[in-house]
Amino acid sequence: MSHGPTPSDVAAVYLQQGPYAQGHDPHGHGHAEARGHGAGGPAPKRVIVGYGFWIFLLSDIVMFSGFFAAYAVLAHATAGGPTGRELFDLKRVGIETACLLASSFTCGLGYVAALQRKQLQTQFWMFVTGLLGLVFVILEVLEFYEMIVKGAGPGRSAFLSAFFALVGCHGLHVTIGGLWLATMMAQIWVKGFKPQIMRRLLCFNLFWHALDIIWVALFTIVYLLGAGA
Amino acid sequence: MSGHDEEWGEHDEAAPGDEHAGGSGFKEIQIYLLGLLLAVGLTVASFWIAGSDLVWGPGIPAALLALAVAQIGVHLVFFLHITSGPENTNNTLALAFGVLIVLLVVVGSVWIMAHLNHNMMPMDQLMKMQK
Repeated sequence: MSHGPTPSDVAAVYLQQGPYAQGHDPHGHGHAEARGHGAGGPAPKRVIVGYGFWIFLLSDIVMFSGFFAAYAVLAHATAGGPTGRELFDLKRVGIETACLLASSFTCGLGYVAALQRKQLQTQFWMFVTGLLGLVFVILEVLEFYEMIVKGAGPGRSAFLSAFFALVGCHGLHVTIGGLWLATMMAQIWVKGFKPQIMRRLLCFNLFWHALDIIWVALFTIVYLLGAGA
Repeated sequence: MSGHDEEWGEHDEAAPGDEHAGGSGFKEIQIYLLGLLLAVGLTVASFWIAGSDLVWGPGIPAALLALAVAQIGVHLVFFLHITSGPENTNNTLALAFGVLIVLLVVVGSVWIMAHLNHNMMPMDQLMKMQK
């Protein structure tokens, strides 16, 4: 049964020999116009992995925007229960904010040390990052515990449901980030600064910095606006 | 080191969070320090404005939101190294799309729900009708 070349055959030949072929230089500039698969070759794996993870982070932020929207809509639906003004302790939120901001900074210092291939410095800064993250999570769990004991649990009102969902989701992210951090420390210790380990470290750094960005929106909209309203 | 140039060699695109390998790292640390200083300043300003009566009452939410947007910008530039340079075009475009979706979801929800609340029959009358 022979009907000549199929469309996919034609496409394959076109890709191999046509204008998108590797090494093809249509304008004679000595470099390709198209990125990715032109004569310049594909971008380094580090760039591709980083970009992919960036897309994931943005989709994660879009997911958070749903929780933020729910909170913004339900913030005044207290059903006769306690309001944010009565529940929020801005001093504790301030300490949480300081911890997360400092951990974002030490996380960056750890990455700089890793680029210098300094094992002990990298481990030290990552350990400090993890410690600050742990303090943050403990403070948040304490806050949740005290609220639930006071009868202001997630079942009390729509406002509190939205609050626990939004803040809890962020806290869950920080917890998972902490586990990832510990894994990265072990991998750097055992395997050293191999390219694939450095790529994972880059992704971890992006994740940790993104958590801090979400926290900025969170402490402003939930705590500061809630305590003032 | 084998594979090093393939991973870190000259290229006209940058990953988000990218930094220059090699060198003393002094410049990178300076950038992080500057970002930390700006972020701490903006955070302190937020907490201070929320608890003071220096700013006209109804203006406080707007001031807080402006400070938050500024701080998010500081984090993006100094910690995530998202810049307006040509090697960052892909990252910036993805970010712009993300911001668009976030604004649509949040502003759209608040807007629609405010109208629904406004148009809804008061709760006590609704309860009477259901009896």
